[in-house]
Order: sequence, then C-alpha cells, then structure tokens
Amino acid sequence: MKDDTIAKGLTAPEDQSVLHGLWALTNRELMKWYKVPMLLFMSLIQPVIWLGLFGKAMNFGALFTGQSFNIPGLNIPKQVLDSISSQIMENTFGTTDYFSFLAVGMLTFVILFTAMFSGMSIVWDRRFGFLDKILTTPVSRGAIVMGKIFSSVIRSLVQAAVVLIVAVLLGMDISKFSVTGLLGTFAGLFLMTIGLSSLFLMLALRSTDWQTQMAIMNLLNLPLLFASNALFPAKLMPTWLEYVVRINPISYGTDVGRQLLLGSAGMASLWFDFAYLVAFAIIFSAVGIILSWRYLTQ
Amino acid sequence: MSESIILVEGLTKVFNAKVKAVDDVSFDVKQGEIFGFLGPNGAGKTTTIKMLTTLLKPTLGKASVCGYDIIKYPTEVRRSIGVVPQEYTADEDMTGLENLMLVASLYGIPKSIAKERAEELLQLVELKDAATRKVSTYSGGMRRRLELAAGLINHPRVLFLDEPTLGLDVQTRTAVWQYIRRLKEEYKMTLFMTTHYLEEADGLCDRIAIIDHGKIVRIGTPQELKASIGGDVIELGLDNDADDISALIHQIKLVKEVKRVNSHYRIKSEVGEEAAPQIIELLRSKGYHVTRISLTKPTMDEVYLEYVGRNFREEEDRTDVMTRRAVLRRARA
Repeated sequence: MKDDTIAKGLTAPEDQSVLHGLWALTNRELMKWYKVPMLLFMSLIQPVIWLGLFGKAMNFGALFTGQSFNIPGLNIPKQVLDSISSQIMENTFGTTDYFSFLAVGMLTFVILFTAMFSGMSIVWDRRFGFLDKILTTPVSRGAIVMGKIFSSVIRSLVQAAVVLIVAVLLGMDISKFSVTGLLGTFAGLFLMTIGLSSLFLMLALRSTDWQTQMAIMNLLNLPLLFASNALFPAKLMPTWLEYVVRINPISYGTDVGRQLLLGSAGMASLWFDFAYLVAFAIIFSAVGIILSWRYLTQ
Repeated sequence: MSESIILVEGLTKVFNAKVKAVDDVSFDVKQGEIFGFLGPNGAGKTTTIKMLTTLLKPTLGKASVCGYDIIKYPTEVRRSIGVVPQEYTADEDMTGLENLMLVASLYGIPKSIAKERAEELLQLVELKDAATRKVSTYSGGMRRRLELAAGLINHPRVLFLDEPTLGLDVQTRTAVWQYIRRLKEEYKMTLFMTTHYLEEADGLCDRIAIIDHGKIVRIGTPQELKASIGGDVIELGLDNDADDISALIHQIKLVKEVKRVNSHYRIKSEVGEEAAPQIIELLRSKGYHVTRISLTKPTMDEVYLEYVGRNFREEEDRTDVMTRRAVLRRARA
C-alpha cells in the first residue's frame, strides 16, 4: 500500500469467471482433512474396521462349509453339500463369497457416511459467521455449494479407494477385476457421491442448528443403508422393501460395483444403473445450486 | 467530499411478518467520510449493515452503494465493498495468511497480487509475526485485526464495520481506531460503522445517525448533535449576588438561555468559548466582578440519553423485548 491504491479499488485484474474461488473453497474443506493426520487416519480406519469386523463376522459361506451335516438316515457326501452351498451363495449374492459381496457394499457405505458430513460443514460455517463472510464477497453462490460437494466427492472417493485396497488385502475375490471395471465402478461411485452430497447439503442450507442436522443425518443414514442392496440382496427382501431398494440410489452405485468388480448378475442392466445415477447426480446437484441461490441470502 | 457513495431511501426490514427491525430508514453517506450508526443493542444497526452488504434482502425501500442498487446489482456491490462483521469469521484451522489468501481468491484476485496484498495488510494490522500461525492460537484482539485485514483485501471503496471494537481491551481498541483513521486519511476510504460506544462515535465519526427501534432519530456531526440539545453550559458566580443580572446577560446574542440557580447563573450557549469572554467583559463594564466561571461542553452521553431515552429498557414491556430479541436472533443467524 504505497499509494492510494486501496481507495481506487479494483486495481487488480480480477478474474470475473463464475468459477473463481471454487477451488479455494474446495481446498479449504480438504485441508481440514489432510492437514490433520489424526482425522485422516480416523476417517480411513473406520470403514476398515467395519469391513474387517462386519464382513468377516457375517460369514454366510460357513453355514454350509466347514462343518459336516449328519442328518440321520441320509448320508450326504461333503462334495454334494459344498456344491449346493456354492450354488446357493452364487444365486443369492452373485458370488460364492459374502465378504466380496459386502466389500462392494462397503464402498457405497463409506461414501454415504462421508457425504452426510457435507451438510454439517455448512451448518458450522453459518454458525461461525464464515458463511456470512464469504457471502459478502462476489464469489458465486453456486460455487459455495459446489465447493462443499467437490470436497465431499474427493474425500469419499479416496476413502472408497482405501476400503477397496483393504478389502483386497483381506481376501476379496479379484479374479474378475479389470482396469475398465475399476474405472467404471469409481465413475458410478462418483455420480452417487455428487447426488448424496447435494442431498445432505440441501437439507442443511437454512439450518443453523447442528443438533437438528445430526438428527436428520441419523434419521436418514441407516434407512438409506439397510433399504439398499449394500448389505443384503434385494431379491430376498419383501416386495414392498424391494421397491424401496429399487428407488434408493445407493443400490445402483452398489450394483455397478458388483457387476463390474465381481461379475455378478445385476439388479438392473449396467446402462440403467448408470442412467439412474447420472439423473440422480444431475437433478440433485442442480436443485442444490438453485436452492443455494435462493436460500443462502434471506 | 460532497458526493454520496451510499444512498438509502425508506429502507425497511420486517422479520417473520411482525418484527420491524429496520423501519423506513433514509440517509446518505458522503464519499470519504466516516459515518457512524449509534444505538442500543437490537436497534437495527446490524440488520441495516446486512442489507447494505447484500446479506439480507430489504422488505421495502431501496439503497445503492457505490452507485449500484443493492437488489439489482448485488455482485457489483460486493465487489466494491469490504465487510468487517461483528463475529470472528476467520477459519480457525487455517493460518492468518491462508485466511487472507482464501478471501482474496473469493474476490478473484490473482495469486501473486493476493500474496503481496495479504503481506501488506498483515503488516498494517501488525500481524506479520503471527501470519503463519493458526488463527485458533490468536487472541481476541489479533482476530479482530485479522478481520479488518480480510475486509481490506479487495481494496474496497467502502468499508463496513459492524461493532469493530466490541469486547476489545483498551490498547486494541485504540489501535483499531488508529487503523480506521488511517484508512480515511491516507487512503480516502469511506467507512460505515455501527457502534454502541459513545466515545467511539464521538471521536471517530464525521457524521452520526442515532438509531433506535429501527428508526433514525437524528443525523448530524457530533458537534451538531451536541448543539441540538442546547449547547455548552457556562456557570458563573459573582461577588455581589444581590441583584439579578439575568436580563443583562441575555442581551448578548450568543447566549440562548440564562437561569439563576441559588447564588450562581447557568447560561446556555451554542459556542461557549466565544460567549464566556463577552459575558465577563459586559459584566465588568457594568461594575460586576466575576469570581468564578466554568464551561461545560455537552458529551455524546447526554446527546444519546436525550434521543434514546434514559430508562426506555425498563419502561418497555419485558416480554415484548424478549420475543423481539428472540425473533431477531433467529432471523439473523
């Protein structure tokens, strides 16, 4: 400030594009994550624990194998039992191994839980006045929301990648893995995260109360998880629940992964899965941006 | 100096269709002046500032800042103003420098220029040494200074300050006052500030609007406001208090009012410094001897109490006050 540049104002060539500030806002969110090693570690370890404990504990395959049935009057050879069991597993889960089935479900699970917090951060920003501060700058209101969505997407996908690596180390079936399969799976997860992050963000746009926000999150997360095919296949569920599963976008994210990573028969065709996820992502992020225009300023 | 940079006409904000936080407010702020909004808590100061800085949409009325209508051209308004809010808004998890760089990028300022400006501003508010420390380690005064720097990063033409010295110790408050004066004097910046500290309004502002219950009660320079409640008071004692000389003193043009109180006289004048010598001169020529004289200038306290009222908080229905505050708090947050 050597001369009176301050008073003249606007002395710097300012970038007038809609996207300015978007990366800065995205990076701000990410910094809170990668600059705190403990938080990074915790957020990565949690899905691993779920995967290890839940995935290994629910060992459905062992219902049939690993023990011999001695039904009086029948003498079933172990070979027959084993082939019956693998047939049942294949029919039910699309793979002979429940752990591999669940590992894909865990990818969507970890994304759901990360996306949930995208809403929390805007509630905190509002409470601490940070939101008001950025609202007095010329940054586009859409960029504020997109920054939250992008940071949530990046975090989610990194965590999903870690979960996948751990799942492989713990014995996930990789016989059907391929590069295109992996890319396709993450493309599906990417779309799903955009939609989910937008959804949770929308719910938080007007909220100043983090306790309400927590309650909303808790109300939504487990139903979204259980009313999907993430943990259990939809076709064995009661019909009414199956309809819910078929609406739930999480089911489609999981379905893409199962088809591409495990070669399972899908709940729907891959094309339908992707079409559904694209529509979900576009509609919810568009609504999120429109609502942010309307509701960030009162 | 006479060009208006902020123009407000009939600005009104109604929350929840019942609480009138700002009620038909009109004023203008001239280029290069420090304009103060003075009033008690809940008078509508913050609501007005939030409307002028495009955070709230007015219910009625219009306003323009730097020539831009706040409703039609909010982005242009945002580009030309800086805001220092009442709360500490910096991100605690980031350093002071990172916070400034973030705000700069929200204004679309290129990185190299932003870095240069951020360093200059940190120097200005004496935070250079703490620039790379996390804001969570800052004291209240340091955080307030950082907010000030953040409000200046886009080199605004108008800077809005909402209660800039709220809750600060004496040293920091004095420092903030110095920065504000420097911005006006060295950079010819226009400043709009709210405060409920009387000495702050008196010492800092070129013009003051006293606001209460959402309405502007009075606008003027501190001198005008003080004069408006009757001006200076001269108290005078004579060696001979047998005769009443009230009428004699009243002959002087500068004297507005003379009252005899016990053995001395209470004289009101808008310019006490000029009236006092004339009074002494006149009395001496008539053979009276002045034994003691004192001159009291009215303070902002008296002005404030005159217009805002002494006991209005007690007089008002308490439940009414409580609901009003609760609605405002919810609506604002």
